[in-house]
Formats: sequence, structure tokens, C-alpha cells
Amino acid sequence: MSAALSPKERLAIPPQPMPEQDPFARRANMEEVALGYTPEQARLEAERCLQCRNAPCIAGCPVAIDIPGFVGAIADGDNQRAIGIIKQSSLLPAVCGRVCPQETQCQAPCTVGKALKSTGKAVAIGRLERYVADWERENGLVDTPAVKPATGKRVGIVGTGPAGLTVAADVRREGHEVVLFEAFHKPGGVMVYGIPEFRLPKRIVQQEIDALLAMGCRLETNFVIGRTRKITDLLEKDGFHALFIGTGAGLPRFMNIEGENLVGVYSANEYLTRSNLMRAYDRDRAATPIFESEKVAVLGGGNVAMDAARTAVRLGAREVHLIYRRTEVEMPARVEEVHHAKEEGIAFHLLQNPKRILADERGWVCGIECLKYELGEPDASGRRRPVAIPGSEFEIEVDTVIVAIGNDSNPLIRQTTPGLETNRWGNIVVDEAGKSSLDRIYAGGDIVLGAATVILAMGEGRRAARSINAMLAAEA
Amino acid sequence: MNRILFREQLSDTVFLMRLEAPLIAQERRAGQFIILQVDHHFGERIPLTIADADPVEGSITIVFQAVGRTTRQLALLGEGDHVEALVGPLGSPTHIEYFGSVVCVGGGIGVAPLHPIAQALKAAGNHLTIIMGARGRELLILERQMAAIADELVVCTDDGSAGRKALVTEPLKEVCAREPKPGLAVAIGPPLMMKFCAEATRPFGVPTVVSLNTIMVDGTGMCGGCRVTVGNETKFVCVDGPEFDGHRVDFDNMISRLSAYRRQEAAHSCKLEEAR
Ligand SMILES: Cc1cc2nc3c(=O)[nH]c(=O)nc-3n(C[C@H](O)[C@H](O)[C@H](O)COP(=O)(O)OP(=O)(O)OC[C@H]3O[C@@H](n4cnc5c(N)ncnc54)[C@H](O)[C@@H]3O)c2cc1C
Ligand code: SF4
Ligand code: FES
Repeated sequence: MSAALSPKERLAIPPQPMPEQDPFARRANMEEVALGYTPEQARLEAERCLQCRNAPCIAGCPVAIDIPGFVGAIADGDNQRAIGIIKQSSLLPAVCGRVCPQETQCQAPCTVGKALKSTGKAVAIGRLERYVADWERENGLVDTPAVKPATGKRVGIVGTGPAGLTVAADVRREGHEVVLFEAFHKPGGVMVYGIPEFRLPKRIVQQEIDALLAMGCRLETNFVIGRTRKITDLLEKDGFHALFIGTGAGLPRFMNIEGENLVGVYSANEYLTRSNLMRAYDRDRAATPIFESEKVAVLGGGNVAMDAARTAVRLGAREVHLIYRRTEVEMPARVEEVHHAKEEGIAFHLLQNPKRILADERGWVCGIECLKYELGEPDASGRRRPVAIPGSEFEIEVDTVIVAIGNDSNPLIRQTTPGLETNRWGNIVVDEAGKSSLDRIYAGGDIVLGAATVILAMGEGRRAARSINAMLAAEA
Repeated sequence: MNRILFREQLSDTVFLMRLEAPLIAQERRAGQFIILQVDHHFGERIPLTIADADPVEGSITIVFQAVGRTTRQLALLGEGDHVEALVGPLGSPTHIEYFGSVVCVGGGIGVAPLHPIAQALKAAGNHLTIIMGARGRELLILERQMAAIADELVVCTDDGSAGRKALVTEPLKEVCAREPKPGLAVAIGPPLMMKFCAEATRPFGVPTVVSLNTIMVDGTGMCGGCRVTVGNETKFVCVDGPEFDGHRVDFDNMISRLSAYRRQEAAHSCKLEEAR
């Protein structure tokens, strides 16, 4: 039926808006903001796709999903086929459909967006991906992937973020024994401790974990590699034939300005971990406390900053100020998050940067002093560099400051694994196969790339899994 | 896993437990700690120093004062019960070597984490003076164990109910004034006590190690919640510590950070009381 439409008719179908919780109502709850397309919306949105022969969207996707293929299947009403196509390339569609920066990936080059002169009007590939993944899950159609007969080989996976989970699935399928090690008491990595419920419900990640357990993967939580057991012990004493390190970028950066250790200054990692993983938002039941802030300043302009600011709103802050050194165009956050943050009443302070954090007589935060910036000459990356305007200092009264300016890699494994090569940012160096400088040790995700994205972590995981499977098969 | 093998009440609010934790028992060294969660759904993660370990039994010993929400919950558990999460060993181990003579100061519950460190220092051949302090006799713990390893043991209480009626800083200054002066002082206890111990040893130029017990979440360097200011630099207690040069720690900043959640804790206790 969809074949009947002409390109002109397709371009005339209005982009389908995502149904969302009302901005005022959602300020007071942790529930997911975006509610998902109805079947009718999904079909209409899918019919907007022109099925381009050259499919520029595929080139924009880090894992090269056959986008026209799955979008066409949705237009045909064949959700089963659509999800099958996605799963050939992506293992976490329900997650990626929600958190990928589609506007800079697949949707950026989309022909429809180009024709309508706005990336915002491109085919909503991410929303459609989410739609079919949710459809499959909500209808109980997710199958446990088949596992080949046992090979007698053991693979250890350090870290249970998207990189580790992907490796686990791909390696287990080949019949290898898989043990996942996680430092926290719950698996899922940033998807569980960092990204809040209102953007990525925990049950979606849990379902991925349950699938791995159903495949026979073993999970060891509360297990810190480098402390409880070292990488070398796993290989030399515990009988592992290969290891994958996917420990993420979990070392918060601070600004190194005066007042950063005052009471009331958090790293975004701490603030979000308290609220998400430790459930501090559930004040009646959770034992982990979190500040009852009235006025909050969040420093940064990425997804992490948006998540922290929007969490602060939901925890009851009356004013939330987001302070970012450049302009909105340069913000690394997904456009949808910026849009949602504004709708929820967060005040954006652009071209401003903190100079110092001010304390009251008890050593608690009482304000933040900022400087105004203007755009100067372009820097090496071609972006105009923000420069401080001398004498432009001003103060904002706040009781909480959340620093969300990025993460570096945690040095624990590097320090306890002799011979493991890392670069000057502490990221593990790997070859094209995802192998580190040490035999049998592979790595991927943020620990290799620096703080990046879920989809890239997953892509790296798939690559490492292929190499591990090939190595173990050659030895069989 | 994580079964409570043994439980003893040492004083009104102080408890000792031996927990089944074979891997931690094997790996841990003096000065390291664990993070424990009584309930992993809504429980908080609290750091506790490993007071002792038995790799043969596969157990570690913790000593804690039931003062906060989680420690009170923990105190209600008995032998055979489990704690839901136990992570470790965390932190950097104590730097142990031969210093000649060493003076160790333990205040209140701080005597428990001091014990393995004193033991290791003794094993390295040091002459050991141990100063133990508490508010009163009933709060003194592990006196017998400390006596067994000390070359010299000084007990002080604030009220004079046991040993000398003095603050620990008094005998500490006396020991530092001796010739030859101690090669190292180790002070573990309440933050104020560590602050004053560092002040006491400073004029004598005796290097002083303190072990900090800040608020933690992950215990692996991921959140920065445990950070302290040491000589104008920010350090993460869970990975860079827990031990630091006491002469360079900004104790006032650390003490105010420890009070961050006092209001919420208080509100919670009220609710707990009401619920009873
Ligand atoms: C708040 C926030 C919001 C984000 N939003 C987005 C978004 O919208 N879209 C997007 O694409 N990306 C987003 N990202 C980035 C994305 O989450 C990461 O790029 C991705 O999760 C990296 O995956 P990973 O598997 O490499 O590591 P992680 O997800 O970081 O997982 C690493 C895991 O390893 C564990 N670990 C670490 N060290 C050890 C050890 N020694 N022993 C055992 N376990 C260990 C950690 O506890 C953790 O569970 C966001 C990140 C944050 C922090
Ligand atoms: S570029 Fe856009 S219109 Fe073309 S195939 Fe991809 S999603 Fe469809
Ligand atoms: S407790 Fe989180 S970094 Fe130390």
C-alpha cells in the first residue's frame, strides 16, 4: 500500500510529533517524558521515507542499520520484519531509539530533512526504532537468542555498560562461557546510574540483562576488577581465555576553581548516581540522601548537564540555572534534551562561565560568581573560541552547584595491569580488531573512546566480540 | 555470600562482626576498606574499614558504631544473616616499612581500623607505642588486642574512668618530645581528634598519617563525593586514600562536608522512631 504514494505525497505528510507528558506535570515525576508513537503515527511517519536508493541515512548510522529497510517494513505494517532488520546491526534498539543523537547521525543527511530544509523534519528514524523495539517487548515477542553447544572456553567481561552487554551477547551465542563483572550492585553502567528514568526507564535495561542471564551468562556484581581480583589473576589463575574491558569513562572532571569542595558542590556523576542508582528521589524509601536544593547551578552543556538539571527540577528545586561557556549551537547535548530542559523551566545562561563558588560562614555553597564571555577568533576546530569579558563578573544566588563538564577514564585497571598500553588521556589503546597491547585482552566503549555514546560503545563491543570469537575458534 | 559468621556487641553502640568474604579476605591489606549495603534496593552504600581478615576461614572483620540509619540496621542482623552487598577491598593499602619507632593513636571506634595497621607496623620491626582514647571506660574497644602488639600502651579517657584522664594529644606530645623522636605517627579516630593530633605532632616534625572517613557512594573514584582538600589539591579518599599526610589535610573543609546530610539523617530518624 505504501508503494502507492508518490515522493511528493510522502513529503506532504506532516512530521509526526512525539506524544509527551505535559511539561508542568512532569516536573513533579520521574516517569518517561516521551510516550512513544501510536501505531497510526508510526505508520504515517514511516510513510514519509522516500526509500532513497543511496540511503545517506545508513552512512550516518554508526552501526549501519538498514534504515530504509526497517522503516519500509513499518510502513507495510510488518513490525516483526522491522525489528528483525534492526537487530542484525544493533543489539539495544529500545535504548538507542531513545538516547542516540539522531540529529547528528542518521537523521542529519536524511533526504526528507534536506528537501524540507530542516533536520528537525527528517524522517524520525530514532522514534521509529524505539517504536518497533517497544512493540516487540510489550507484546512479549522478544526471543532468547540461541546458544551454540558449549566450547569449554571462558570469556570475562569487565563492566556492564552497553559495550560489555553487547560483547556478552555476541560471545555467549557462540557457546562460550561468559562471566560479567560489575563494580556496582546493579548492572547496566551509565544506562542505569547516569541516564535518568525520565529519559530511559530502568526496566528497559533490565530486560537486556535478563535476556543475557536467560542465555546463561553469569553476573558477578559488587566485583571491582583491579581490587577484588586483578586482570592478570583472571587470565593466569581463574582460567579465562579472553577478557573484554568495558569500564567506561567514570572519573568526573572538576573545574579547579575556588570553592569546588564546599558542601553543596556535586559532580554530575554523584548527583545522578544518588538519584538514579541509589534512588534518592524516592525520599521516603531510599536510605541515600540527596540535597534538598532550592536554587541550583549546573555547569556544562552536554547530555549529562541536561540530565542533572532536569533531575534537580524533579527533586524540587525552584530555580535551575544551566551555565555554559559557548552558545546553544555548540551544545553537545541532544536537541530534544535541550528542548525538554527549556520546557521544564531551566534557565539557560549562555556565554557565561563560573569563576568561583561562594560560601557562607559554615562552608556551604551560597552563590556562584560568573564571568560573561563573547565569541572570539575561530580555534583549531574552526569553532569561535569564547573569551572572557574582563570586569563582567556577576553573582547568582544558589545553594547547590553540579559540575557536568565531562569525565575521564578511571585509572584503576591501568594501574593494576602491567603492560596495558593507554594514551595520554588514560584511554586503553586498541588495534582495528579491538585488541589491547596485551594478548587475550580486548577493550571498547568509553574506556577506549573517551566519553562518547551508547551506540559507539555497542559498535565497539560488536567488533571486539567478533575478534574474540575468531580467536577462540582458531584455538578450538 | 556475605553471611555474618560472628557477631559481638563491644559496647553500648559498638559492634564487631565477622563476615564471609573469601576473595576480599585474600586480597586485603592493612588500611583498606569495604563498602557495604544492607539492602540493595533502597539501602545506602557505606564504607567500613577492614579491622581484620582471615584468609583461611575466608572472612573479614568489621567494627562499627550503630549511629546512622544503615549501621543501626546492620546492628540488628545476627549470625547467619546476610548483607546484600559487600565490595572490596577498596582504597590504597597503608605504606608499611621500618621507621624505627612509631606512635599509633586510636580514638573511640578508630581503634578498630588502627589495629591491622599497628599489627603490620609491628611485623615490620617497629617499636610500637599505642595510645588509645575514648570518652569513658565503656567505650574502649580492643584493649586486649592492642596490648598484645604494643611495646607500650597508653590508655586515656575523657572522664578518667580508665587509664589517664587526658585527651590523646597529651601523651602524643610527650612521645614526640622523646629522643630519638618517632619516625611516624598514625592517628585514626573522629575528625576533630585527627585534626588535633596533626596539630600536636606538627611542631615536632613527626610525619603523621591520618585515615579519613568521608561520605562515599561508589568507592571506586567515580563520583568524587568523597573528595577532600589536601595541600590545596583535591583528592578522592576512596582511591587516593584513605590515608593522607595529616599536616596537609584541610580538616575544617572535611568536617563541614561530613555534615552535609545531617538534616536529612535527623528527619529520617524521626520517621523511624514514629514508625516504631
Ligand atoms: C548522564 C549521562 C547521560 C548520557 N546520555 C547519553 C545519551 O543521551 N546518548 C548517548 O548515546 N550517550 C549518552 N551518554 C554516554 C553513554 O552513556 C556512554 O557513552 C556509554 O554508556 C558508554 O558505555 P560503556 O559500556 O563504555 O561504559 P559504561 O556505560 O560507563 O559502563 C561501564 C561499567 O563498568 C563498570 N566498571 C568500571 N570499572 C570497573 C571495574 N574496575 N571492575 C568492574 N566494573 C567496573 C562501571 O561500574 C559501569 O557499570 C551519557 C552519559 C552520561 C554519564
Ligand atoms: S535518507 Fe531519509 S528518506 Fe532516505 S532512506 Fe534514509 S530515512 Fe528514508
Ligand atoms: S566514593 Fe565516589 S569517588 Fe570516592
